[in-house]
Amino acid sequence: MSFEQLFRQAVSRWESLYKGRNVHILVGTATCGRAAGAMAVLEAFRREIEGLGAAAAISEVGCMGLCSHEPLVTIIKPDEFAICYHNVTPQMVPRLVQGYVIGDDPCLDLALGTVTGGGHEPAVIPELERFNNEKRLLLRNSGYSSPLEIDHYLACNGYKALAKALTMEPGALIKEVERSGLRGRGGAGFPTSAKWRSCHSAKSNIKYVVCNADEGDPGAFMDRILLESDPHAVIEGMAVAGYAVGAKKGFVYIREEYPLAISRLQTALMQAEDKGLLGKNILRSDFNFDIEIVKGAGAFVSGEETAMMAAMEGKRSWPEHRPPYPATTGLWGKPTLVNNVKTLAYIPLIVNNGAEWFKGIGTKGSPGTALFALAGKLTNTGLAEVPMGTTLRTLVYDIGGGTRGNRQFKGVQIGGPSGGCLPEALLDTPVEFDSLTEAGAIMGSGGIIVMDEDNCMVDTAKFFIDFSQQESCGKCTPCRIGTFQMLDILQDITRGMGTLTGLNMLEEIAGDIKAGSLCGLGKMAPNPVLTTLRYYKEEYKAHIMEKRCPARVCKDLTAYYILPEKCERGCDHCVLACPAEAVFSDENGLKVVDQSKCTKCGSCELVCPVEYNAVIRLSPVSLVPENRRTRPETPSKEP
Amino acid sequence: MENDSKSNYLSGILRPERRERRHLIDILQDIQAAEGYLSRAAMLEVSKFLDMPGSTVWGVATFYNQFRFTPPGRKPVKVCLGTACHLAGGQLVLEATARELAIEIGGTTEDREFSLERVACIGCCALAPVLTIGEEVHPRMTPPAVEEAFVNIKAAAPGAPGTESQP
Repeated sequence: MSFEQLFRQAVSRWESLYKGRNVHILVGTATCGRAAGAMAVLEAFRREIEGLGAAAAISEVGCMGLCSHEPLVTIIKPDEFAICYHNVTPQMVPRLVQGYVIGDDPCLDLALGTVTGGGHEPAVIPELERFNNEKRLLLRNSGYSSPLEIDHYLACNGYKALAKALTMEPGALIKEVERSGLRGRGGAGFPTSAKWRSCHSAKSNIKYVVCNADEGDPGAFMDRILLESDPHAVIEGMAVAGYAVGAKKGFVYIREEYPLAISRLQTALMQAEDKGLLGKNILRSDFNFDIEIVKGAGAFVSGEETAMMAAMEGKRSWPEHRPPYPATTGLWGKPTLVNNVKTLAYIPLIVNNGAEWFKGIGTKGSPGTALFALAGKLTNTGLAEVPMGTTLRTLVYDIGGGTRGNRQFKGVQIGGPSGGCLPEALLDTPVEFDSLTEAGAIMGSGGIIVMDEDNCMVDTAKFFIDFSQQESCGKCTPCRIGTFQMLDILQDITRGMGTLTGLNMLEEIAGDIKAGSLCGLGKMAPNPVLTTLRYYKEEYKAHIMEKRCPARVCKDLTAYYILPEKCERGCDHCVLACPAEAVFSDENGLKVVDQSKCTKCGSCELVCPVEYNAVIRLSPVSLVPENRRTRPETPSKEP
Repeated sequence: MENDSKSNYLSGILRPERRERRHLIDILQDIQAAEGYLSRAAMLEVSKFLDMPGSTVWGVATFYNQFRFTPPGRKPVKVCLGTACHLAGGQLVLEATARELAIEIGGTTEDREFSLERVACIGCCALAPVLTIGEEVHPRMTPPAVEEAFVNIKAAAPGAPGTESQP
């Protein structure tokens, strides 16, 4: 079939669903929706619709990026508003079906807002203020078109860029990408066209395109959502890239921990092959290209391109020195183009709309949008896509809705284990590659974690170093031993055994690791420590000099204490909840925590009824009154 | 009998078209999916199949976090310690789970019912801290909630309470 025929067929199918005479129900079934119970909701809709014999279609869709509202269901009704319902449970389904699918009651109390756009425009919910600040390019189809139906993608201008690219000279295609100024979204921000060009000019009969979907940063999930919500965009980008550099074979290297993304990608690949958009003589041209999925086995270092290629060759995932770069000497020694999921997903848009259009979005040095995963102590967690140059403040407050429960904002961690923590004073930093690097963080993969007053910055730095230390592949010494030493010093600090010389040593080792490590994992690993030292040194000092953890997180420096003036006596919640039998009643029936037994699990604080709120945390531990530290008359038991 | 079914499933995985080094990890993943872990015997079969030393197979397998070398419990328990879960108190949840099951991280209960792992992010940061028991996701966990979750599961198990569910 010609592309025109494919397109027309897809449009007619798409329109009959989305603009037809029947109600169309969209259930978001990406991973976060499923975790919140979307599959039970989907099942309930199917049962209800079938039971009533109602004329309605149901489609599984991806994720709109509104994680805290999952499960999300959108009901599209002819000549009526399309309404998005949030936190849907199976119990709500009969009401929604009777109410809006069949009847005229829009069930507004369950609604999040109306949905406008969709199809050729990104789907947005205008009632939510966050959408005013967003610019959805990569997320344009997410949560609206079904990732399980290639026709939905085709009908929204999908694979048009591939059809167009096949009529262009590869050189002209690369020139277009160059003019767009697209920079790699894997983290480093290397100009995409430079990689394409050097792979294109490399002389070899065999070349490869690899899509890097090894999203290892614990707290980032943009690539996963993209692959679960709009896999064809990535496939199309890869095919165009293959054509531009002269590769016939593509691989997607994806984490095994993303089973749903893998299965949706598999479905999408099969559909693309069936339609002749992958395989031999694509769209009747002489271009052949097919894509194979390679599952990663869980190693953070595999996100580094040379380590990834080692894993793909069936070896330990060890990085190699560069140069030579993969673009000239890559997989099995052949020229290999390695691009991130998001980078590839921009390609169809750039080819369709032109470089000038793309350059018009974002900043001069970093054109386009940035896709972030917002997590941590935010009101609205989820995904956000904003033009480059948007400030962190907009992301945290206007889109993220500020900290949950109005706790005091403390900092934002950006870029995961390779990135840094930035304080309130730097919230006006625009997010783009260069300004973030200047502030000591990195754009990185795009994970943004917000921390409030209840989070300890030393503990956070320790968490990331612990991660990097465990994930260090062990090949080079600065990373392997350096991160271990840094972790050791940080552990001492959080246990109240730190020294000020230790702080200097941290900085010194960090410098050595950065200078001496072979790959990005090592070079960037000290960033979380360096930025917290730069912006939160007082907090380190409090741990060292006062044995005090200001956030009352570090266990050895924090004690649980029950305020006698607030304790109700008769209520035994804390006594029963304590797994260590550390809580006892004093002679007045007031509860006391025996500090020698307390394991600091926090159960007593959690179960203490809110009307009393008698359990508090104290730091340093010496704040606990001396007469309320241990059970006085307890005969000391044999250990 | 057991040997028969074992060699059967292995021959389904060790297919001739996969006799290439690049399929090593893929093969190991399939074995773990079938058996729950990588046994020494299975790894030796793989080494013969790919014509490489057993030490190389072992070296690759032990490099990656995904592979385990002891049988897991029937209901693997995974506590997420990704960044969002860590900041929301994931460590306390992990400790509470270890206490509740009376096993260490990486261990399996004596009745093989549960095994405990820490994982690096299961991708539901909005629900942090998160714990999965078998396929079930338990959102917004606290130490008391962990206790409750296991009490409910044990109560629902056949032969409960307090009796061995399996001979």
